[in-house]
Amino acid sequence: MARMTMIEAIRAAHDEAMAADDRVVVFGEDVGFFGGVFRCTQGLQAKYGKQRCFDAPINESGIVGAAIGMAAYGLKPVIEIQFADYVYPGFDQIASEAARIRYRSAGDFTVPLVIRMPAGGGIFGGQTHSQSPEAIFTHVCGLKTVIPSNPRDAKGLLLSAIEDPDPVIFLEPKRLYNGPFDGHHDRPVVSWKNVDEGDVPEDDPVPLGKAKVRREGADVTVLAYGTMVHVAQAACEETGVDCEIIDLRTLVPVDLPTIAESVKKTGRCVVVHEATRTGGYGAELVSLVQEACFYSLETPIERVTGWDTPYPHAQEWDYFPGPERLGAALKRVMEA
Amino acid sequence: MPAKPLSLHVPEPGCRPGDTPDFSNFEIPRAGEVTRPAVDVDPNEIRDMAFSIVRVLNKKGEAVGDWAGALSADELREGLRHMLTLRVYDERMLTAQRQGKTSFYAQHLGEEAVSCAVAGALAKGDMNFPTYRQAGLLIAAGYPLETMMNQIYSNAADPLKGRQLPICYSSKEHGFFTVSGNLGTQFLQAVGWAMGSAIAGDTKIAAGWIGDGSTAESDFHAAMVFASTYRAPVMLNIVNNQWAISSFQGIARGGVGTFAARGHGFGIPAIRVDGNDYLATRAVASWAAERARSGHGPTLIEYVTYRAGAHSSSDDPSVYRSPEEAAAWPLGDPIERLKSHLIVLDEWSEERHEQAKAEAMDTVRTAQKAAEANGTLQDGAQPSPRDMFDQVFKDMPPHLVRQRQEAGF
Repeated sequence: MARMTMIEAIRAAHDEAMAADDRVVVFGEDVGFFGGVFRCTQGLQAKYGKQRCFDAPINESGIVGAAIGMAAYGLKPVIEIQFADYVYPGFDQIASEAARIRYRSAGDFTVPLVIRMPAGGGIFGGQTHSQSPEAIFTHVCGLKTVIPSNPRDAKGLLLSAIEDPDPVIFLEPKRLYNGPFDGHHDRPVVSWKNVDEGDVPEDDPVPLGKAKVRREGADVTVLAYGTMVHVAQAACEETGVDCEIIDLRTLVPVDLPTIAESVKKTGRCVVVHEATRTGGYGAELVSLVQEACFYSLETPIERVTGWDTPYPHAQEWDYFPGPERLGAALKRVMEA
Repeated sequence: MPAKPLSLHVPEPGCRPGDTPDFSNFEIPRAGEVTRPAVDVDPNEIRDMAFSIVRVLNKKGEAVGDWAGALSADELREGLRHMLTLRVYDERMLTAQRQGKTSFYAQHLGEEAVSCAVAGALAKGDMNFPTYRQAGLLIAAGYPLETMMNQIYSNAADPLKGRQLPICYSSKEHGFFTVSGNLGTQFLQAVGWAMGSAIAGDTKIAAGWIGDGSTAESDFHAAMVFASTYRAPVMLNIVNNQWAISSFQGIARGGVGTFAARGHGFGIPAIRVDGNDYLATRAVASWAAERARSGHGPTLIEYVTYRAGAHSSSDDPSVYRSPEEAAAWPLGDPIERLKSHLIVLDEWSEERHEQAKAEAMDTVRTAQKAAEANGTLQDGAQPSPRDMFDQVFKDMPPHLVRQRQEAGF
């Protein structure tokens, strides 16, 4: 058992995968000699050589498209898009190509590929370093979409994503890289090194498609992922509402049985994400819960999300759905 | 002084319906004029090759110059048979589309030499990333015509289970990557595949394919950057057939330079070749393949040819270009030119040619009969609706199982 930050956990997953399988190659902007702007690939080039970990030109379409070719050749590329906000030039290669090559070739060609990217706000990154584009990927058939909320899951899920025979979008909540964050931006920063949640056991695979109940409770089910798992924990403590907090971990394929079992028990559901609301992944969750649990619901399902605006700079904390906004929603569903 | 109002320059082709085709500005060097450099040549020393045209066959049908002479008469006859087969195959499939047996078809008329000849330059295990107009690669690689037709008919024997638009074949075994249908995306994937081969310490090379119009896509630029940066073992093929549906080639590049010349900014050797000259096309592709395989990196090749037919079964070119233009195209017909060459060599005759055409027709008809016994898009056996849900992922996730049940399969 080692205690590590999420950055170290991601680095450790790369290291283990590269040591175990020569086919695993890692590239992206600044990931080689420097080890990435967040240092998630630090040391990999020195250990595994330039053929297996290298810098890429600033061209996200190029990075994804080249990785698709490598995967079709027989390698297992793990690529980094420097910020999720930069992924759009590569979107055609992801949605029209990587996601469909197994299907359209009837399995003649496959694309085992992991596309990592830091997502979410909370670092004063403004509109080009703060976005949470998960719903853009969950809407594309043929992609799996994963978001960890702690170092242990980051390592375990990344290893499972690299093992997976299909393309996986791996979103890393950048505000969680160095420590847990519950939305109380005015409080001192906490490091993963100082909390039990920073413990990362060895040989601890975390399968894709399995949610984790972070807190058991009787009153209301909170569906969260990434940074919002920590926000949910804070809101739960501060309101005194007995929440059952489900960390989805994988958005597609989503763990519907765990969700449905919980909502049927609590009879209430609040969905929370940092991304914009309209057409967001929360809409999908609300639909799924409604379809599976309608007769168990005692109150309408609530959504707590980022606003339908670009991610602002100075107004970051007015935008970010923190424990206060989530807490208000929890109270509303309890009082309804 | 008030500034003169600006106006936007929108390029126009030299010839529209009603005009007389005029290719007098199209500079064509004599066959044999462009010499063959060593495969390890410094790209800067052959910059002029991006503005000239490698040609081997002269007007008399003789093979001249130092790009000539590498192929035996048997190989040339085989190449001719591939092109004849492709032409007949196109005729039959276009007719089948008109008869409602499939939804869509795109023919190769006039540019058969490009895919048929480049196929001969590649080795088993190499990988093409083709567009929808390189079926000659499959025919030359021995992929069964019946299987190609099964795909076009989306019938019960379609290896792609009815999922993909007709002509978007896939056969890893025959070095033919699944055709996307989106343009430009695969040019870049070819570079990635080649990088993969280099990373793995393999000896295989890749061939990317793109049309003149699609070189305007950002992925063309991305492919060139990656190929150049990592010196990928890849042959980058631009098929310049003059027309991108109704847009003449000038829309993709203005009137400046050539498509091949785009290689210069990347330090990639760039060659233009007569794409209707089977010998020249094969020789240049072999040069690029040898270059890639021996570690010298990518080559950009512009095959200068002409799309003599419609863009696809959904297109009517008489609306936007002169119907006389194809006949006026100065590089002639690839089949006629190779035929003349073989006759000059005394290795072929009009009689043998007619016999070969009849044999090609017979082969294609037999395959078509067998394919149609497996069904067509409208009649007979078809893929199961169940197949619609398979292979989105390797293992079907629960939500797709539920949807399949909901659909009743």
